[in-house]
Amino acid sequence: MLRRYGPGLTLLICLLVAFWLLMLVIVPNITLFEQSFRPYLPVVEIGGPRDTYSFANYLKVLDSSVEKSLFGYSFSIPVHVYTFSLTIFYSMLVTVICFALAYPLAYYMAKIVNPKTLPTLLLMLFIPLWVSEVLRAFAWWIILAFKGPLNAMLLGIGLIDAPVRWTNMGYTGVVIGLIYTYVLFMLFPVYNAVQSLDTNQIEAAEDLGAPWWKIHWRIVLPHAKPGIASGSVMVFMLSAGSLLVPSILGSTTSQWFTQTIDQWFKDALDWNTASAYAFMLLSLCTVFVTIAMWLFKVKLSDIAK
Amino acid sequence: MSAGIDLENVCCDFGSFRAVDNANVSVRPGEFFSFLGPSGCGKTTILRMVSGFIEPTQGVIRIGGQDVKGKRPNQRPTALIFQNLALFPLMPIWENITFGLEVRGVDKATRRKKAEELLTLVDLPGAGDKMVSQLSGGQKQRVAIARALAVEPQVMLLDEPLSALDLKLRQHMRAELRAIQKRTGVTFIYITHDQGEALAMSDRVGVMSQGRIQQIADPRDIYNNPVNGFVAAFVGENNVFSGEVQNPAGGMAAFATPHGTFRARLGASAGGKGVKLYVRPEHTRLSQTRADENSIPVTISEVSFEGNFISILAISETGAKLAAEIRNDGQATVPGMGAKMFMSFDAERAAILPDANVRG
Repeated sequence: MLRRYGPGLTLLICLLVAFWLLMLVIVPNITLFEQSFRPYLPVVEIGGPRDTYSFANYLKVLDSSVEKSLFGYSFSIPVHVYTFSLTIFYSMLVTVICFALAYPLAYYMAKIVNPKTLPTLLLMLFIPLWVSEVLRAFAWWIILAFKGPLNAMLLGIGLIDAPVRWTNMGYTGVVIGLIYTYVLFMLFPVYNAVQSLDTNQIEAAEDLGAPWWKIHWRIVLPHAKPGIASGSVMVFMLSAGSLLVPSILGSTTSQWFTQTIDQWFKDALDWNTASAYAFMLLSLCTVFVTIAMWLFKVKLSDIAK
Repeated sequence: MSAGIDLENVCCDFGSFRAVDNANVSVRPGEFFSFLGPSGCGKTTILRMVSGFIEPTQGVIRIGGQDVKGKRPNQRPTALIFQNLALFPLMPIWENITFGLEVRGVDKATRRKKAEELLTLVDLPGAGDKMVSQLSGGQKQRVAIARALAVEPQVMLLDEPLSALDLKLRQHMRAELRAIQKRTGVTFIYITHDQGEALAMSDRVGVMSQGRIQQIADPRDIYNNPVNGFVAAFVGENNVFSGEVQNPAGGMAAFATPHGTFRARLGASAGGKGVKLYVRPEHTRLSQTRADENSIPVTISEVSFEGNFISILAISETGAKLAAEIRNDGQATVPGMGAKMFMSFDAERAAILPDANVRG
């Protein structure tokens, strides 16, 4: 780099990168992390005797319980824990559905499709990514609308008798929107993994008498596991951390944990509690992903490949 | 159990390219049959048609007398050994070997036992718990053979499985493969571009070129009585002379070349034009005096001592390079460089053959 750009330019590039990393990534995060342990106080009291470190902001997540019922079993649960649990659950659901959609397509692209048509196929998958995420979310908002094209089509082919309020059915809209937004983050790692499998292995398995599902279960899926794992981690983390899609496609009964954080920041103007919640989401999601990776026997080094 | 394989007028087209052209072969049950030919001659296509990965464009393939049209590879009684072996790297050796039994629903204990039996058969006892990456090239080879044998195929199809091994190991595995074939009695169809392999291992060899089967015969016949120039040139070395056939009679003919007129055996369908005279270097003699017939005056230009034989390059008076070989029996005299000698050969050992059997 030094030889190609000369000392002046090299120094400038390094300084800019260092500035970006330090001032725009590390310092703000450390500031928020530090703030998350301090109480939300009027300006005059900041630095005063009440401004001490504690876990109070983190413990706020356990406040104000609500009555909920699941499978006919009623229980009382802190409302933010409830939101968090549903966020994790629906993020998992999004991840699973993304995998179910991406795997067959990845296999098709990697092993079946004519290599000549592959670039066209990839282009068709990429074009939606050129449109901004906001616009895509609104596009789905229109598609899912009560008098929108989806209802019109389903009514037209006679699959439903009356239009459905898609965006007012709990998390339906959010899940659909998240899948659409993040499915490619699953597709490409899985595609890369499947593509690196020697086709002879698939043929060898078939030649030894394996039916198609056995070939996938014993040969293709184990080989693609690192790709599936890295795709899943990405989709899960992005879904759990998404604010835009739940805000646009959410219903009156759907609350995403990021929306709760957003409310602490913007509505309550309590940045301390908001930071505490944000770090809680980050660390718990990390723990959750670590456990999932341990369960599926995936090593971090596999994902990095 | 082993089954014969019959190919009847089998053709295979890839687009406008005809990879296999009208193949007719009948492989007997329990036979070791090799397809020999240069790369791109269609031999692998034949193998993939028999195993079921490609359907022939025309013609019928029978395995054990049954037409296998439309049957997928997992429905055929064949087992294919891939050129790169295609072992499953994520499974231990024993699971690799018994994968075919696993898909047939055989329980684990039986599979473990069977794996050990097969590992003993291929001379790798106790390697069941190793991973594929821990084995050497030759060991992987044996595992691939064991894996194919595990499903008790009636026909084993081998796609140049020895090509990745070094020379010494390759020669060892030749004998090993042959022994396993004799022990199991399974029909082997072996694909190779290595004439030495094909001749050493096979009961019969089918030599292929440009999608056509040129000759099917036992190894001795292939080498000693090639039906055309392609077979003669692909299987072994030759001195080739262009010329014209004169007065054919009783299977022999005179052949007029720029070096003189020679008497030679007339190969089948070698009456017309486009024929050449083929003489193998080891069938030539070098002497100080002119022989009665088929004698060419030459100057020795290169002598290389190979140990068991001496390879000699001689230049004829017209400038053609001719090769000769003398067996080293311990007393053989090595001609000196630049010596003027006569190269001669028996009429019986020289053949007038047409060019390869190709379309056109």
